[in-house]
Parts: sequence; C-alpha cells; structure tokens
Amino acid sequence: MIRFILLFSRQGKLRLQKWYITLPDRERKKITREIVQIVLARSQKMSSFVNWKDLKLVYKRYASLYFCCAIEDQDNELLTLEVVHRYVELLDRYFGNVCELDIIFNFEKAYFILDEFIMGGEIQETSKKSAVKAIEDSDMLQETMEEYMNKPAF
Amino acid sequence: MPAVSKGDGMRGLAVFISDIRNCKSKEAEIKRINKELANIRSKFKGDKALDGYSKKKYVCKLLFIFLLGHDIDFGHMEAVNLLSSNRYTEKQIGYLFISVLVNSNSELIRLINNAIKNDLASRNPTFMGLALHCIANVGSREMAEAFAGEIPKILVAGDTMDSVKQSAALCLLRLYRTSPDFVPMGDWTSRVVHLLNDQHLGVVTAATSLITTLAQKNPEEFKTSVSLAVSRLSRIVTSASTDLQDYTYYFVPAPWLSVKLLRLLQCYPPPEDAAVRGRLTECLETILNKAQEPPKSKKVQHSNAKNAVLFEAISLIIHHDSEPNLLVRACNQLGQFLQHRETNLRYLALESMCTLASSEFSHEAVKTHIETVINALKTERDVSVRQRAVDLLYAMCDRSNAQQIVAEMLNYLETADYSIREEIVLKVAILAEKYAVDYTWYVDTILNLIRIAGDYVSEEVWYRVIQIVINRDDVQGYAAKTVFEALQAPACHENLVKVGGYILGEFGNLIAGDPRSSPLIQFNLLHSKFHLCSVPTRALLLSTYIKFVNLFPEIKTTIQDVLRSDSQLKNADVELQQRAVEYLRLSTIASTDILATVLEEMPPFPERESSILAKLKKKKGPGTVTDLEEIKKERNSDVNGGTESTPVNASTVSTPSPSADLLGLGAAPLTSAAPPPSSTGSLLVDVFSDSASVVAPLAPGSEDNFARFVCKNNGVLFENQLLQIGLKSEFRQNLGRMFIFYGNKTSTQFLNFTPTLICSDELQSSLNLQTKPVDPTVDGGAQVQQVVNIECISDFMEAPILNIQFRYGGTFQNISVKLPITLNKFFQPTEMASQDFFQRWKQLSNPQQEMQNIFKAKHPMDTEITKAKIIGFGSALLEEVDPNPANFVGAGIIHTKTTQIGCLLRLEPNLQAQMYRLTLRTSKETVSQRLCELLSEQF
Repeated sequence: MIRFILLFSRQGKLRLQKWYITLPDRERKKITREIVQIVLARSQKMSSFVNWKDLKLVYKRYASLYFCCAIEDQDNELLTLEVVHRYVELLDRYFGNVCELDIIFNFEKAYFILDEFIMGGEIQETSKKSAVKAIEDSDMLQETMEEYMNKPAF
Repeated sequence: MPAVSKGDGMRGLAVFISDIRNCKSKEAEIKRINKELANIRSKFKGDKALDGYSKKKYVCKLLFIFLLGHDIDFGHMEAVNLLSSNRYTEKQIGYLFISVLVNSNSELIRLINNAIKNDLASRNPTFMGLALHCIANVGSREMAEAFAGEIPKILVAGDTMDSVKQSAALCLLRLYRTSPDFVPMGDWTSRVVHLLNDQHLGVVTAATSLITTLAQKNPEEFKTSVSLAVSRLSRIVTSASTDLQDYTYYFVPAPWLSVKLLRLLQCYPPPEDAAVRGRLTECLETILNKAQEPPKSKKVQHSNAKNAVLFEAISLIIHHDSEPNLLVRACNQLGQFLQHRETNLRYLALESMCTLASSEFSHEAVKTHIETVINALKTERDVSVRQRAVDLLYAMCDRSNAQQIVAEMLNYLETADYSIREEIVLKVAILAEKYAVDYTWYVDTILNLIRIAGDYVSEEVWYRVIQIVINRDDVQGYAAKTVFEALQAPACHENLVKVGGYILGEFGNLIAGDPRSSPLIQFNLLHSKFHLCSVPTRALLLSTYIKFVNLFPEIKTTIQDVLRSDSQLKNADVELQQRAVEYLRLSTIASTDILATVLEEMPPFPERESSILAKLKKKKGPGTVTDLEEIKKERNSDVNGGTESTPVNASTVSTPSPSADLLGLGAAPLTSAAPPPSSTGSLLVDVFSDSASVVAPLAPGSEDNFARFVCKNNGVLFENQLLQIGLKSEFRQNLGRMFIFYGNKTSTQFLNFTPTLICSDELQSSLNLQTKPVDPTVDGGAQVQQVVNIECISDFMEAPILNIQFRYGGTFQNISVKLPITLNKFFQPTEMASQDFFQRWKQLSNPQQEMQNIFKAKHPMDTEITKAKIIGFGSALLEEVDPNPANFVGAGIIHTKTTQIGCLLRLEPNLQAQMYRLTLRTSKETVSQRLCELLSEQF
C-alpha cells in the first residue's frame, strides 16, 4: 500500500500531503522535512527510487512540482510511477492544463480528486473516465442542489 | 488573482491565499494568519448564525492554515456541523477537515460517528462514498469498533452501487490493517472472493487489494481465490489491447489489476490443480513473451506499465521457485534490462536479480552476468544503483568467483560513496571469510580493507580477523609477517595498529628469527606509532609490550624503561596509568614461569556466528514508520492479555513461600550443613541420593546471596565446608560473560564433578546460556573455572539455577543455587537533562507501564550507599533532575536481542517513616515489574 503521498515544489514548499497511516503531527513534519531534502538533492540522471527506512520512495517531477509516494517493500515501483502519472492526468482533465497555482488555490479540489482515485493507500478507480466523472458529478450536484434549495449563487 | 476555480468558488478563500503568497517574510505571514484566525474566531463566536457557505469558507481557511504548518485549536465543531449539511460541497469540506485534523475528543467522535451513520444509511451513493472515505482516512480503532460490522454488509449487498462497493472494500481493508480484531470473518468472506468475477473491473481491483491482505492472515479461508485470480489474469493477459476500454492504460490491459492479481498469487504456493497451474504458467509465459515484442508506444507510461506487470510476474516466478525454465527466462530478461538506457529499469533489474541469485535453479544463470554487474559498479552515476550492484555481487558470490568479486569490491571501495562504505567493508569481510580456501588470502584482504577504508572498518571486523588468526595455527606466522610489513608504512590506520599490536603480541615470536624483524625492531616499530594513537589503542599496545616481556626476555629492560617513563606512569588517563604501573610491577617481580602462565597464548575462541554478519543484519533495519493505530491495538491487547497476571508484590516474590522454605531446610543435611562425611558414611543417604540423581532444592541463603548480586557482578555466591563458588561477570548490551570459580576447600579430590545450568522452558526462550563442561575431577585445594556466555534474547523474570553434583569421599553431594543473571545486567545507563527526563516520564504514562512499590527500609538509609546501588543496578544516576534533592532518579536502556526497552526510575526515601517509595516506568509492563521487584530488595 502507499503509506503517504507528498507534493512539493522545487523550493521545498509542501503543496499537498496525504497520509494513509496515522502519525502524530510532529512526526509527519519531521518525515516531510527529511524526504523533501532527500528528493531535492537528487539529480535528474538518478533513478526515481530511494530506499528510505523500511519504505521505498518513488518520485517524479512534473514542471515545478515533485510528486513523491512512500510505498512498502513488496509494492511495485514502476506502477507507482504510473499512479503518480494518472493522478496528474486527472488533475489535468479537471483543471485543464493543470499548474502549481491550481493546486495552491484549489487545494481542496486536489484532495477530492486524490480521494476518488486512491483510498486507504490503495488504488480505488484506475479508469480516468470514472474518476473524473465522480468529481464533475459532485460539482454538478452542488449546482442542482442549490437550484433545488432556491438560493442565489455566490 | 487566482486561477479560475471550478464548481463553487470561495472568493474569500482565494483572496486569503493570495495574501499569504504575497507575504514577504515569515513574520508577515504569521501576522496575516493571526489576523485571519481572530476574524474566524469572532465569526464563529458571533451572535449571528452563520450560513452554510460562510461556515464552509471559514473551515476551509482553517484547513489551509493547518496545512501551511500552523496549529489549529478550534473550528472542529463547525466542521462537524457541516457534516449534516444537505449540500454536497459543504459536507465534503466538513469531511475533509475531519480527515485531516483527526481529533480524539470523545464528544466530537460521537457526533462524527452519528453523521457517518446517517450518510451510510442515506442510500445516496455520493454521501455513502464520503462517509466511507472519512472512516478510511481516520482509520482509528474507535471508527473500526463503530463501523467494522456494517461495512461488509454494504460490500456484499446485491443492490450496492459499484462505486460504493469499491469504497467499501478499501475502507474495510484499512480497518482490517489497523484493527483486525474488529473485523470478524464470516459468511461475507466467500462472497467477497466472488467479487473477483465481477463485471466491473474497478470493483475487481479494489476487491483484489482487500482479498490479498485478508489472505495473508487467513490463507485457508481464501484458498478458492487462487483459481479465480488465475482465470481473471488469463483473461486480461490474452485480451487485445482495446478490449478493456477505459482500463487499458497506454496500450497495456489493466496493469493495476494484473499486478494486484499477481501479488495475490504470491500469498500461496504454486496451485496444486494441474489445470490451474498450467493456465498460470501460460499467463507467465505470455507476459515474458510480450516483453520481447516491439513496444506499442514510445511513451514511458507504456513501458512502465508493461514492465510493472513483468516485474510482478518475475516476483511470482521467484516466489514459486519451482519452474526452472521460467526462472532462467526471467533471469535472461533481467539481464537485458541490466544494460537498458532507463536507470529505473537497471535499478530494478539489479534488485530483482538479487533474489534470483538465491534460487538453486537460477543461481548459475545469474552468475553469467557478473561482468555487466561489475561494469555497473564502475560506470553507474547513481549511487543507489551502484549500491544495488554491490548487493547483487554479494548475492551471486560463491566459491568459484569469490576472489574476483572481493577484488572488484575492494577496487570499488577506493572511490565508493561514503554512505555505503561501511556496508561494503562488512560485505567484503564476510565474503573473504566465508569463501577463504587459503587463509593467507583472507588476511591480505582484511589488511587491504583497513588500508583502503580504515575509518569504515568497525570493531567487529578487526575483532573477527583476530579471532580467526588465533583459531588457525596455519596462518599465524603469515599474519605476523604481513602485519609487520604493513606497519612499515609511514602512515597507517589506527585499526592496523590495533590488529598489528594484537597479532605481534601473540605471535611476534614466529617472525623474530628473521633479523629484519627482530624483537627490538618489532617493538620499536609498534612504539613509533604509540603516540599517534587514541587511548584504547595505547592501552592495547601496553598489553602487547608486557606480552613482549614474556616472549622476548632480551628486550625486557627496554620495555621496562618505556613503562617507567613519566608519560606512562603519570599519564592523565587512569586506565593507561594503571596498566603501566601494573605491567611494570608484573615484569619486575614475577618469575619467568609465572609470567609465562599469566601471559600464555590466548586460547581459541569458541565458534559462533560471525559478529560481522550480525552487524550487517542490524544495518539492514535502520528504522521503521509504524502506524499509530497499530501500536494502539498492540497496547490494548497487552491489557487484555495481562488481566490474569496479578500485580506482583516484591516482598512476596523474593521471600520463598512456606513450602519452598521447608524444602530448603530439608536439603540442608545434604549440602551446606553436612558434616564432613566420615568414612562410615550414612549409607542410606548415600544410596538414596546417588540413585535419584535429582536436582537439589535451593540451598538455604541462596536467595539472600542472589539479591546481593543484583547490584554487583563479582563476589562469592555460595560457600559451605566443602565448596566455594565465586563469580566474576561482565555485561555489555545484550551479551554477557560469567566466570564461575569452583574451589575445593578440602584436601580430597571431588569426583564426577558436574555443574549444570538449568533454565525453565520459558526462560530458555529469553536467555541463551552457553558453556562447556568442566573437568570432572577437582583436586583438593584446587580451583576450576567455568565460562558461561550469556545472551539476552528478550526480557525475563526468573533466574537460571546452577546445580552442582559431585562425589566427595564416597558421598554424593548435590547443591543448587540461583545464578544471579538478572534483567538489570543488560542495562546501559542513559544521561539526560531534567526536562528530557520528565518529558519521557510523561510519555510512559500508561498504567501498565508503571510499577510502584512502597516498602520498609531493610538497611540504614544512607544516601551514598543508595547512590552506589542505583549505579550498580546499571542505570545512570541523574543528579539535579528531581526537584526534591532527597529523591533519586535514574534512567537507562535494557538491551535484549529483540528490542531495547527504555527505563526510568525514581526512588523517594521517607527518613521519618523509614520507608521508600520506588516507581519504575518502562515501555514494557513485564520489565517494569521485574526491575521493581529486583530493586525493591536492595534498600
């Protein structure tokens, strides 16, 4: 299973963090600092995998953002790279040419999309159509419900 | 201004985020955040009821602030309110806040659980999805307790929507991982297995994850999943790349599901049913064949997905380890990847080949790639890839290629990254020892190691070379000659001085015949390094010098002059000074005979597991990331398991029970109180005791003596008119060595003298004792010595019994005493400041972690004696930590092979009442208990 996912910028700013195991806040911060440092220190020619404690880090850079997953020993590294890619595709499909700013300003949406895709550290829905449809449905749902509640839009 | 937001824009949030981004400094950011927090607080506290939108917006702002890394201590209630909103986006934000800021506040948990319950029952698939996500995200035991019964029903109900089934399966998986005790197996399990046949591939994917984890714990129950998984896999593998529509990823059919199915199959041995097995072999062959086909796309996603399936298939082939044909094909495939231009593939191929190397079927095939791997070591730019190459060379090493591999590793070591040098040193040392046919090669290799990477040669490595040289006569002369030559180098590593000093001290005489390495030259060579070395090495060299006095009487006066110099005799270091004084004295007053006895050649070391191997294993586990909820579960089960054990009162344990006392008295005539047997002897006793070779009950006074050894290591354990038993012991981390001295106090021989160590079954599993039998005859007035090697595996309560049986003048003697090997011997003191102490003290606040005893002082209450006892007990004595200076506090770590247990103790004397209160807090209940018992007896 994926233990946690971190998104951070080249400057080391954390943009999204998703933990599939329960850890105290202090511990999370410590782990984040450590991992951001490790990944940013690596050059482009290096492999996308790092052994870290009892876990494997799998990361990939998209433009200014690093996507990093921590997986367990028996998990598949290459497929984890594609988990990251599929998530980027989902963000792209939703925002249309996604960039770091989209994730900063619509952080809650980035979390919702991730939730549709992965749950409890395991892939929930690999079909791009189904996952994006779920999010778009929820946007639609909000609008129809607002109509239903007969309240003005903001 | 922000990028356009879709769905519902929260303008206020966007403005706030913008403001934060425009902050020029950390201070400005904090100021802006504090302003916002004050604003939100006043809105939440205000009289005017907030509408849903505002509530959502403010909760979302709080979430943003928290994710920036600031603490949030309010807003939870408002978030919980959002859960019961009918608007999807409000509910969604509420759930997101709860998932991120889990709060164990019980009142809130009740409210949250209520909202979740409503949403689960709503039959609205989107709401149900949100509720299931929240349960999975929080994943606490409380959640598991509340919902683990409900979710399987949702999962297998006929009318549940596919998307909800997916969520339910993964939610259940999360709960099962942290709280399996709340997820009982039942008739739902067989229906879950059949989800493998479901039409919806998303459902199958989620179900496969769940089944894999369940099957690991309950393989019998999920056995039927094997054939279903094989047929599903077969359908995917043979499908055309467009058959699966949306589940085809860059021309690869359902890679996620394929990998998961292959993973599930790795929970089981190869299928027994020949048809299923054949079908699986076909699948695996197809996957291997596809790897040879030209790619359907140039995109890296295509090759990654395809190879992900391939690597998982290879993992399964290795796991089954039964089809030589597949294993060799897998090896050839990986061999191709070794030269692939993608670093990722080279990395994975090296890693995967490591496991192939250990299979008898593919070991030889792996070995054919040796040149490629050696080349990788030289040319790879990524250190982690080079590290994998080292691992693989280590794994493929055998007698046929050991010399080449060791040479290449040594070669690489000269330029290797600092981060992996120590591990390479260990690996080289192990391989050199394991495959040494010729021990001169071994000695050369290790000396090379020290020369190339002396700083990374740990103590274990040079200890080991000495152990081997001492145990093998055939290499001693060569070793002496080689170290002597190596020491000639103007700059040599201190580790070489250590090895050289030790080996020349033992075997320098073997090369002294050669005028180029005469005793004086050897001595001068070593002594020329002396002043550059650290204290421990100098101490070692001083021991070498005194051994030289014995080996080479002709240079005795030169050595005495050195020992006598002010820099030795008046050295600021106590250890060096003491050695110099004692060695000088020894060399002056002892006759050559005595000197020869004292400084006799070291006896061979007992064969045991290589200490370097142990070190390498230890290096492999540098830390873990463990789920808090799992820890919580373990603690809970500790409480449940521990309910039967009554709290132990120290006084009842160490005072023998009435019956034990009686037995003790009954045994007296046989042991300590026995008058020296006259020749007439008591025939009846004689016959009786001889025939029934039973273990004697504990000798009287044994308990008292035992208690005295808790805080010290040396002394007399037992004494009667015939026999004296003395002990000398030393402990380091989880290991110890005890010397037992049996003194015959009479002038007559003891015959059939057999001491035996007796451990109960329980004790045997936590304490490993090794010893050799002693000479069965002990002459009158003589002393024999027995060495016991001790290893503490895990914490323990009892003590081993030492039973001694022998014949003295025709009577049979049978004595039993408790051997004082107690848990506290494996203490390592820890110094810490007051603040740290109390912080840790608070952390260990679970009731079962603490053990307290209030007892009357048995000895005069003297501060200095008490301090000495606490230090003797093994913990550090922490001064100026307790606000009350009359109290004593200590801290230390108990080392066992399996774990280390942190221990804190506090002793509060009450002079007026002549009482003490002792409190122990450790991370393990049984340890607190045992240490409290042991220490309570000391004051």
